[in-house]
Parts: sequence; C-alpha cells; structure tokens
Amino acid sequence: MSTITPTIAAPAPVSLTWRRLKDFPLIPTLILLLIAFVAIFADVLAPYDPQIGSLARRFRPPFWQEGGSMEYLLGTDHVGRDVLSRLMYGARVSMIVGLAAVLVAGALGTFLGIVAGFLGGWVDQVIMRLTDTWLALPALTFAIFLAAIVGPSELNIIIILGGVYWTRYARVIRGEVLSLKEREFVNLAVVAGCSRAKIMWRHILPNVINSAIVLATLMLGVVIVTEAALSFLGVGVPPPKPAWGLMLADGKKGLMVGYWWLTVLPGVCIMLMVLSANLLGDWLRVKLDPQLRQL
Amino acid sequence: MTALVQAEQLSKHFPARRGLFGGPRGVVRAVDGISFTIEPGKTLGVVGESGCGKSTTAKLVLGLETPTDGEIRFDGADLASLDAVQRRHYRKSVQAVFQDPFASLSPRMRVSAIIAEPLVTNEVVSAAEVRDRVAELLDLVGLPSRAAELFPHEFSGGQRQRIAIARALAVSPKLVVLDEPVSALDVSIRAQILNLLRDLQDRLGLSYLFIAHDLAAVAHMSHEIVVMYLGKIVESGDARTLAHNPKHPYTQALFSAALPSHPDERRDEKVLAGEVPSPLNPPPGCRFHPRCPHAMPRCGQETPTLAPVEGRMVACHLYA
Amino acid sequence: MSAAPLLSLQNLSTHYVSQHGSRVVRAVDDVTLDLHAGESLGIVGESGSGKTTLALAILRLLPPAARIVSGRMLFEGEDLLAKPDGDMRRVRGKRIAMVLQDPMASLNPLFSIGDQVGEPIRVHEGAGRASAWQRAIGLLKSVRIASPETRVRQYPHEMSGGMRQRIVGAIGISCGPRLLIADEPTTSLDLTIQAQYLELLRDLQRQRGLALIFITHNLGIVAKMCDRLAVMYAGRVVEQGPVAQLFNAPAHPYTRALLGSLPRMSDNRERLTAIEGQPPDLSSLPPGCAFAPRCPMAAPRCATQAPPAFVLGEDHSARCWLAAPVAAA
Repeated sequence: MSTITPTIAAPAPVSLTWRRLKDFPLIPTLILLLIAFVAIFADVLAPYDPQIGSLARRFRPPFWQEGGSMEYLLGTDHVGRDVLSRLMYGARVSMIVGLAAVLVAGALGTFLGIVAGFLGGWVDQVIMRLTDTWLALPALTFAIFLAAIVGPSELNIIIILGGVYWTRYARVIRGEVLSLKEREFVNLAVVAGCSRAKIMWRHILPNVINSAIVLATLMLGVVIVTEAALSFLGVGVPPPKPAWGLMLADGKKGLMVGYWWLTVLPGVCIMLMVLSANLLGDWLRVKLDPQLRQL
Repeated sequence: MTALVQAEQLSKHFPARRGLFGGPRGVVRAVDGISFTIEPGKTLGVVGESGCGKSTTAKLVLGLETPTDGEIRFDGADLASLDAVQRRHYRKSVQAVFQDPFASLSPRMRVSAIIAEPLVTNEVVSAAEVRDRVAELLDLVGLPSRAAELFPHEFSGGQRQRIAIARALAVSPKLVVLDEPVSALDVSIRAQILNLLRDLQDRLGLSYLFIAHDLAAVAHMSHEIVVMYLGKIVESGDARTLAHNPKHPYTQALFSAALPSHPDERRDEKVLAGEVPSPLNPPPGCRFHPRCPHAMPRCGQETPTLAPVEGRMVACHLYA
Repeated sequence: MSAAPLLSLQNLSTHYVSQHGSRVVRAVDDVTLDLHAGESLGIVGESGSGKTTLALAILRLLPPAARIVSGRMLFEGEDLLAKPDGDMRRVRGKRIAMVLQDPMASLNPLFSIGDQVGEPIRVHEGAGRASAWQRAIGLLKSVRIASPETRVRQYPHEMSGGMRQRIVGAIGISCGPRLLIADEPTTSLDLTIQAQYLELLRDLQRQRGLALIFITHNLGIVAKMCDRLAVMYAGRVVEQGPVAQLFNAPAHPYTRALLGSLPRMSDNRERLTAIEGQPPDLSSLPPGCAFAPRCPMAAPRCATQAPPAFVLGEDHSARCWLAAPVAAA
C-alpha cells in the first residue's frame, strides 16, 4: 500500500513528484499569494494614503493613457485619490472580510453539521429545518436586510456573511457525519467509554475537516463577491475605507464619460481573486477527496 | 463460580416504518427472549445466518443498544440499573473487536492514540505510563513498538486487527466481544489472529463472546456454542458435543452445509430448501418449521422451548 | 485425459504497468494450466495473488493498465490472444461465461429478470424478445426458481440474495457455454444458501458437461466442489494437481501451511499452525521464491533463485526446490 517501493528505480522519484504537482493550479495560487502579499504590506507598498485626495488632480487616467503620468500609475478617482493605493488597501479589506467570514461560516456550519448528524433525533430535525429555511432565503437579499438592520461596519459584514453562508457547511458536513457515525470506530469509542462530546471532537471532526477546508476555498469566492455587492450597494464596508465593491460603486457614475479605470480595475481585481480561489478549491477537492486521491 | 455475563429473556425489537407518512407498521424482533451465560475465562460462540440476531446480541452486551425486554447481568449487577461507579467498572470490563479492521480504527489518529484511548478515557494516567502501556500492549499482540507512531493505513489487515486487539486490552477487560474478527482477513492471516486470541485468553483469563459465520472457526474457538435462528436460540451447549452431534434440525442443516476441510469429508449433506424468512413476519410456532425437513403439524402452532436433550439444550418438538 | 484440453494456458503472464511505467506489478506470472471438458478446477489464493486477474485475462476483460505480456491461451484449440476483439465478443458469454461475487452489482436494477436472462440469447443468437423470454423461463426453472413465469416479469430488488445469485447463474449458462468461471461465487451468501447454490452449480455441471473454474480463497469450496486445484501465491501457480493429492500430500510448503491453518470442526481448541508474516508486496517481490521470506523450510538458494515447476507425478507439479528431483537439487 503506502510502502510500495518502485521496482524500476531510476525515473520513479522524479515522475512521482511531478505527477503530484502536475495539476497544481500554479497561476491561481500565485495570484492569491500576490493579493495576500499586497494586503499585508499595503502600508509599505502603497505610494499614497488611500483616503486622502486632492480635488486638484481628479480623474487622472492611468499612465499609459494621454493625460496620465508615472506619478499616479493607475490614475485617480473623483476626489483625486490614488487608485493603485486604494486597490492595495482594498485587497486588505477583501482578504480580511473574506477569510474571517469563511471562518465564521465554517466554524458555525461545521459545528451544527456535526451536532445534527451525530446526535440525530430532534436536534437534527431542528438544525436541518433551520438550515432549509435559511437556504430558502435569497442569500444576497438576506444579507442586505441584515446589514440594513445592524448598520455597516467591517465586523458586522463578517458576522452577517458568516451568518448567511453557514448553511452549506451544515448540509455537507451533516451528510458526512451520518456515514461516519456508522463506522465501527465510533462504536468502539462508545465501548471505550468516550462521551459523545469527546467522540465528536476526537473522532468525527478530524474526519470532516478535509471537506470543510475544500468548502472554505470554494466559499471564499462567493463571500468576496457578496462583500463587494454589499459595499457596492452602500450597506457594506463604510466609506471612505477603500473596498473594491465600494470603489466600483463610486466609479460607476464616471463610466459613461470615459473614466473606465475607476470601475474596470476593481472589477478585474474581484474577478481575479474569485476565479483563483475557485480554481484552487476545485483542485483541493480532487486532491482531498479520498475517492479520487489514488494515484 | 458465578457467571460473568448472564442474559435473561433478552429481547430487542426495532420499529419498522412504512413509506413517507406511515407510522410504525410492526416490529422487527431482532432478538426475542434469549438467555445465555458467559463464564469467566471461557468463550461463548454464537452462530447463525444473517438476520438471526447475533450482531444485535453483541451490541446489547456492549451496551450499544438497550434491551426492549429482559436483563443482562454483568458481574452480578443489572446493566439497566448501574450507578456511575458501576457503569465505569462495566465500561472498563467489556471491550470489543469488530470485523472490519479498516473501519474500526480512526484513520486520522496515530496507533498510540488509538490504543491508549480506552485507557485515558477511563483512568487518570501520566503520559509516561501511557507510553509504557502502549509498548507493552503492542508487544503482547506481536507488533514492534515503533508501530505506535504510525497511522492505521500503514498496516495490512492482519496487523490492523492486532492493533484493534491491543486497544481492546488496554484497560484489562474481563470480556471481549469478538464480532467476526477474522472474516475480513486473508486465509493465511486468520490462523495467526485466532492463535493470538487463544494465547491471550490463556494468559489473561479473558472471556470471549465470539460471533462468526465460519462454523469451523467458532467450533474451534468456543467452549460453549449457541445457535440462533430468527432471533431465538434453537440449540445451545458444549461446543464439542454440539459440533459432533447436532440435534436441532437447523443446527444439523447448518453444520452439514459447512464446507469440508478435506475432500474426503464430502458427504451427502441435507441441503435446506428456501431462505430465512423476514424477521418482520416470522412464521408462527417454531420459526424454523417452514424449512424444516421434520416439521409436524404442532410445529406451526406451538413455539418449542429449550429443553435438555443429551447434554445440551434444544428447542424442538422432535425431542419433546 | 488424453483428449486435447478445453482450455490451455501456456506461460501466461499479465502485468499491471503504472501510468509512467515506473511500477510493474506482475499480477500473473508464467502460469501454465490445462482444463479438460467437464472438469472443475479450483484456483485458490489470498487477495493479491493474481487469481482474479487470471480470470479476467482468460476473458480478455483486463483493465487498461493491465497487459498480457507473454504466453498463449488456447480454448477449444483456438488461440484466444490472436482473436480480434469482435470475435472475442462472440466467445464471451456464449462459449465462456462468468459469474461474479456480488449478485446485486451484477444485475441491472432497471431491467426485468426476463430481459436480463434473455439478453445473451438475443445478442449471441439473434433471438427475438418473446422467444428469449420463453428461454429465460426455462433457464430460471433449471436454476430452481419457483414460479418462473411470474419471476421473469419482476425486477432484481424483488428477489432475495440467494435468488439473485441463481439468476446470475442462469445468465451465465443461458447460451450453453463450455466453460463457466465463478469468481468468489458464494462469499456474500449465508451458509445454507451457499450450500444450495453450490449444489445447483454441481448439478448444472453434470447435466451440461460444463467445465468450471472456481476462483476462491476458501479451500472448503475446493474440497467440496473441485477435481483439480491450483494454488496461487504472488502471481504464480505454486502447486497444482488433483484435489485429493494436494490435500493428502501437499508438496509446496505454502499449500501445506494453508491447509494446516484451517480450523476444523473436529479439533476443538487445538493450536492452529499459522503462516507467519504478511502477504508480499507484488511490486517489489524478492528475486527468488516469493514465499521464501515466510517459508519455514527456506534454504539459502530459495532467496536468490526462483524455482521452476517440477513435475511430481501425473498432473501434479510444484514450484519449490524441495520438490526438485535429486539430480537437479
């Protein structure tokens, strides 16, 4: 099984490593790493303060266009703030909100999924009916509704997105727990005297964590798009904080008069990040799925 | 000598539902009023075909299911009315080894953690004590001590079953329930495990509840055997007596259907017609009568009770 | 046994080659076997001994990663390996049939029993649906299914496990094959049902002059059903011969150990002679005899030189240096 040693020696180690890496989504990973890097070091990298502009230099185009300059590489917006700097700080907002919201949703959903699947009975009934109700609500409308109630702030956005998207985790994880529960090692843990909480923590959770990770990667894109949409609609990250969705909203008035960079650039950023997260998630799903994991 | 386990009129019924809206339609009498005892240091073998209730019996003894009726006494105390201290004692005294060594070990735990789990759950022990105990247990089941640091998938089926046995022995139990412990293993490995189980019984004075569909293995391992059919015991007694001269027509058919271990043992067997009926609708009277070659009119009306016949107990009107 | 054998495998080798050729697993290695008409042969081995690959190789139904790298397969005098795929399809199901372990997976839940039993007849003999159904009723009767006229209209889920296994058997014999290969035919069945099924197979064999190959890990089935036995270990047939001879006087230490490790009804609570160690890893076999690391009688040469098949008597041979004639040893 795991201790198979190759009989024909020479090419084996090389080709094994290569095969494992062959389908690795290199470009998406690089893009995500770049965004993360920029987000972390935005303070150092950004040439200007993203929140302070000067009306004297409004609507400067990117440097390659007529009227642009190397001073403001990607131009300036309607109050003269540097777009590049805002994109960099925006990456930070997207990353923090995206990761934190996925974490909140994942923790909540995994917990409820395990509890529902393992305990069964009325606990399962209550949690799953709640999940069904949640899923029946349109996610974006629901998020807007919640955001309108609690008011816009970064922390609120994280809680709202976590509270909206936990249902997918709960569904998937519960299904897995139902099949894990029938495995004999769970019965043996009961025989060994483990409490139900301990069985869930020691035996069930480590066996569903793979699925939770895959789901998290796939959810990252959804959450970032929703965050952008909320910000675009003005119930997300409060201005003047630079969020990509917010930049999109601010720039939309200029689109008709040719200030394309104000909307296209943040749009491209959102697209790249979501696409990369999804590609990486797809790859992880194949890699971590035991059914497909064989060489 | 008092019995370690004493089951009295033990029953387990499961409700059977119908369709989307249907309420309970009936009950599956998985185990229906059986009594047996397990003596200290001895092996009780349970044989029967699928649906006879042998796995449910194992779960009842393990406390994984609660009986619908009847009682199980362990060391003289009724399982249904244990206080916290007694329950702890019972949990430590009864362990299990299941059929599938691939499903019975948590895939994401190291072998040391798997083996030590019953120990750390039930006792307050230091890390060093745990380490020593794991090494001792691995040695007991014939595995190298470096196995402790590995994961289950790095072992073959037979080695995993040894790990499962080591884990079961971690808290020095009095009874180990063996539910088909060798049927998932390769032929050349089975004898290793059966020998190991026998040696451990001799050294540690363990009692076994041995459940298997391989009659030869049960006959080989057991001191006493009970034969079950559709939730009831049809015959029980000393293993040797029973294997050499079965009395109940079902036991006779079962033992004659068992495969020979040598071509010279080919015999004109009594092949039983028909199949095991659904436990949802067991036949009235003797549950075996529709397939029985000796069925009489009263077999369809009266349920036979276990009565002594030539040194064992048989539930059959033939001997009444 | 002077007539030409029905099936003759000569030095057949089948290897699994991994995607990049980095690993070669010799699943079947240099197997030579003869099977005569009406005979039943048991092929016994542990998981990974190559017994199932051998069965698939005979039908040329190997997965893409497996290749028959050398040897010949003669069936009724024709070389099966030389046949184009289309001709091979006409052999499968018609002249050589196979029944598999899992009767539920072998039947399609969406088709009626009549359609499934009749399918080979329609495919191989071009019969119409109605006449195929009529023949299916007859076949069900011959595998002792009660009231076959109603059963043909039913679906697999309406049958019990034993009945499904017999239906799979009926499909197997539907075109009157000369050879039936049964791969672990009774592992999922209860004892009394297993007895019914084995008895049925034996009766079919007698009535129709079928040759049977039993692929199994269960020596009991061989003891009960077979005329000849081939024991496989790590892809090779280590010993073959008449069943009685192999059970009474096994020449290969593996055969001997396998027989000794079986618990018997008669020896209550005696110690079994276990085979120490683990089955070998097929992709890294020792250069000599594959059983040598576990063999209680291994000599130094066993670790370096693989023994050829030594003939021990009419139709009995073993791959073990202990069986070598004195002059060669």
